[in-house]
Amino acid sequence: MNPYAVHLFGVFSIFVILLLITGVYCMLLSFNLIRVVIGFEILIKAATLLIILAGYICGRTALAQCIVITLIVIEIVVMVVAGGVALWAFRHNKNIDPRKLGNLKG
Amino acid sequence: MVNMSLDLILLFALILAALWTVMTVRLIRSIVGLALTSAILSVIMYRLHSPLAAVFELSVCSGLISVIFITTVSFTQRISKEGLDTRRKERFVRFWYLPFILIVAGLLLSRYLWTPQFSLPALEPAKELDARNLLWHFRHLDLLGQVVVLLAGALGVVVLFKEPKK
Repeated sequence: MNPYAVHLFGVFSIFVILLLITGVYCMLLSFNLIRVVIGFEILIKAATLLIILAGYICGRTALAQCIVITLIVIEIVVMVVAGGVALWAFRHNKNIDPRKLGNLKG
Repeated sequence: MVNMSLDLILLFALILAALWTVMTVRLIRSIVGLALTSAILSVIMYRLHSPLAAVFELSVCSGLISVIFITTVSFTQRISKEGLDTRRKERFVRFWYLPFILIVAGLLLSRYLWTPQFSLPALEPAKELDARNLLWHFRHLDLLGQVVVLLAGALGVVVLFKEPKK
């Protein structure tokens, strides 16, 4: 393998890991459902970057693009449903703090 | 070969935009930060020879998802000034560690990954197809899956907002 590709992978993977840390930190320490979804979105950005990078390094950018397009479609559906859940929680509890959703039963 | 210095600037901008998204107090600013993160990511994707995915990222993630988030936020109540001050203090206590964690993690990772000691598996140069051809002729099951996921999402939203029978 081209040593330049290995170097490129190393440099990009540092930033991918930093993006993952940011997303996980946001998800763990946010007490707002919309912010939790935003943290999840940042995690998906990191995964997207990693897939595109892998495709570029292996010379299979077309396949990587197909996978990323599928990922984006799944991402938007998840975001819509998560936004709906946040709105539903707000309508029923007048709050979107996950700590105050203790009255849910089921 | 990609110009590495411009890529580094874009990657730093990506991390800074994500950091601003996470740390800012107002939810609307956070959503704008997320859109900015997506826009920078789409430029990086374009530079990594993935223009189709970059266009999707820019239009859908930077545009449509921001609209969805802003619509969701507009249905919630606006926070009062006192509440905003309290939230700002709370968030500062919880989030001021994050830049330091990122700096330390970046420095530690750069020691090991800047010139990585591993080797990637050597692949035969693939006979590269156009992304559109690949998507329509070889990955059509993915398209079917996308349609099913979209329908499932639509059904989920309908169920969430269904009015109870009286």
